[in-house]
Amino acid sequence: MLSIKNIHANIGDKEILKGINLEVKAGEVHAIMGPNGSGKTTLSSVIAGRDTFEVTEGTISLNGEAIDDLAPEERAHKGIFMSFQYPIAIPGVTVTNFIKSAINAKRKAQGLDDMPAGEMLKMIREKADLLGMDRSFLSRSLNDGFSGGEKKRNEIFQMAMLEPSLAILDETDSGLDIDALKTVANGVNKLRNKDNAVIVITHYQRLLEYIVPDYVHVLSDGKIIKTGGKELALELEAKGYEWIK
Amino acid sequence: MAFENKASVATESDFHKVRAAAMQQFEKVGFPTKKNENWKYTSLKSILNNDYSLFPDLTKHQVQLPEVDTYFLKGVDSYKIVFVDGVYNSYLSETTHDGMDICLLSAAIEKTKYKIVMDHYFNKIALTSDGLSSLNTAFASEGAFIHIKKNIIVEKPIQIIYFTTNCEKDILLQPRNLIIVDENSQVKIVERHQSLSNNKVLNNTVTEVFANKRAHIDYYKIQNDKLNASLIDTTFVQQKDQSVVSVNTFSFGGDITRNTLSFYQKGEHINSILNGISLINGTQHVDNQTNVYHQQPNCESHELYKGIYDGKSTGVFNGKVFVEQIAQKTDAYQQNDNILLTDDATIYSKPQLEIFADDVACSHGCTIGQLDKDALFYMRQRGIPEKEAKALLLYAFTNKVVEAIKIPVLKTKITKIISEKLGVDLGIDL
Repeated sequence: MLSIKNIHANIGDKEILKGINLEVKAGEVHAIMGPNGSGKTTLSSVIAGRDTFEVTEGTISLNGEAIDDLAPEERAHKGIFMSFQYPIAIPGVTVTNFIKSAINAKRKAQGLDDMPAGEMLKMIREKADLLGMDRSFLSRSLNDGFSGGEKKRNEIFQMAMLEPSLAILDETDSGLDIDALKTVANGVNKLRNKDNAVIVITHYQRLLEYIVPDYVHVLSDGKIIKTGGKELALELEAKGYEWIK
Repeated sequence: MAFENKASVATESDFHKVRAAAMQQFEKVGFPTKKNENWKYTSLKSILNNDYSLFPDLTKHQVQLPEVDTYFLKGVDSYKIVFVDGVYNSYLSETTHDGMDICLLSAAIEKTKYKIVMDHYFNKIALTSDGLSSLNTAFASEGAFIHIKKNIIVEKPIQIIYFTTNCEKDILLQPRNLIIVDENSQVKIVERHQSLSNNKVLNNTVTEVFANKRAHIDYYKIQNDKLNASLIDTTFVQQKDQSVVSVNTFSFGGDITRNTLSFYQKGEHINSILNGISLINGTQHVDNQTNVYHQQPNCESHELYKGIYDGKSTGVFNGKVFVEQIAQKTDAYQQNDNILLTDDATIYSKPQLEIFADDVACSHGCTIGQLDKDALFYMRQRGIPEKEAKALLLYAFTNKVVEAIKIPVLKTKITKIISEKLGVDLGIDL
């Protein structure tokens, strides 16, 4: 599904990613772990198409098609979703209205008409119920005054609505207490199927207790230095990142 | 430009004396120039070097409802005071004298039963040192006269609309509004100046607002005029104990728009609210000057102006808050936030506090920036194209001021204008 080949990326003159290779197949969960400053967030941003980073070498393809020249919204329309570590607030635009805009933008890009209002409403309710979200949440302004947990849950709600083929969860566990963490992880697990894939980017192992990865990659200084199964995460937790270097 | 006072009031009247004095004052002071600190960034040269008709031929100017219908608030019962080329239009209006006077300044000037009120309030807070206000006073003959007597909650909003028609010449109008709200009464007012003309229009308007004890007034100014229409709006508000007055200024278009808004707090436990949105493009120019005079203890003022400047447009915000020595326990907040969408757009922002009391809570701030790149990326990641994402963010930027609108149909209308100005159908029922 996702194929990353020899990606090098700079911010300004500084090289952050120094040759990343990664293959993610449908149905898989990959975890990318690494210490602060190793390039985790850069990698997710580069996959999502953020132009703050300059890709100097390599190529990324989705379902066999190179996406290197696509804008972030075009990548989103092709099924890439990234859950943000710090989701932004949009006062005056409700959760419902925002997701409507996002879904209809995607449909427009695919040459479809807007989703009928009734169908949209039904889907919104189903997904909200699936994630155990209070209905009143849907009419609040997007992320405006939301707690950390509410913001993350809202990210997963948007993911549920957009039904991406590839979801990248960037530090989704940061700032969450254990209950919120479980809720978010449960949500992600409910949405997993054989046709989609998940990349979990995290500093700590604890999220991986709930979203169990097929592969764990260790990122250090812009390179993947070790790949293993889920037990690698436990080993890292026990021994620290120094062990791997 | 030379003026000859052709006012129609009997030369012996008190009113004539007020006008004559104002004319003399104007001749002494003249039009403001950029040498005046308050006019440093706004030049009236381009609009004053023009041969305006002051007394248009009124027989020619008719408007039909369909052509102006869009400028009214819909879906709500309202009083309407409508003027066409400076003259009252009874066909489009809906006035009342039932327990309150929602009518015409000309009636208040001419009829003796209004003399006491007029003597007490007319031209009592308009600044004589201001040339443009004096010019308005010298020519004041028509405008809205609103007197809400005590203990009345006026449920229906009042719309004051000034149209200028496609007449044969450029036109200069000097509308004058007088609004008095007595004890415990409440009213909501919407004012709009709208050109239907292809010629140049200059409105030099002055409004005096008096809020007596415990009165509540919400005043909304919609400024969304054609590119050949300029507006100089000078509004004075005087408040008595425990009154609450908000003035909300929406500057969306016109050639030059200059708002001077002054609040005088003449009692205790007063709340003064000043809100504004400027959203302009091209070579449009919007200048907001605000003055809040805290002259008694235990009062508040809350000021929030948001500006979005596209193209080569220019914005000016010059906000002054004065806290006199007597005005202890004052809470005064002022904020001006601006977004420049192009390198050619300009904002001059100058928040100022002058505090002579020691036990007060005052803050002021100003921000000037571009759109938040993190926020844009967030929205684009969700599949929202860049243009729509920008529009949504700009809409969110203005939201706090829009949310403060207390007339639901007006809130919808303003939201619609904003989304139109931002050039996208936001595609959502906001």
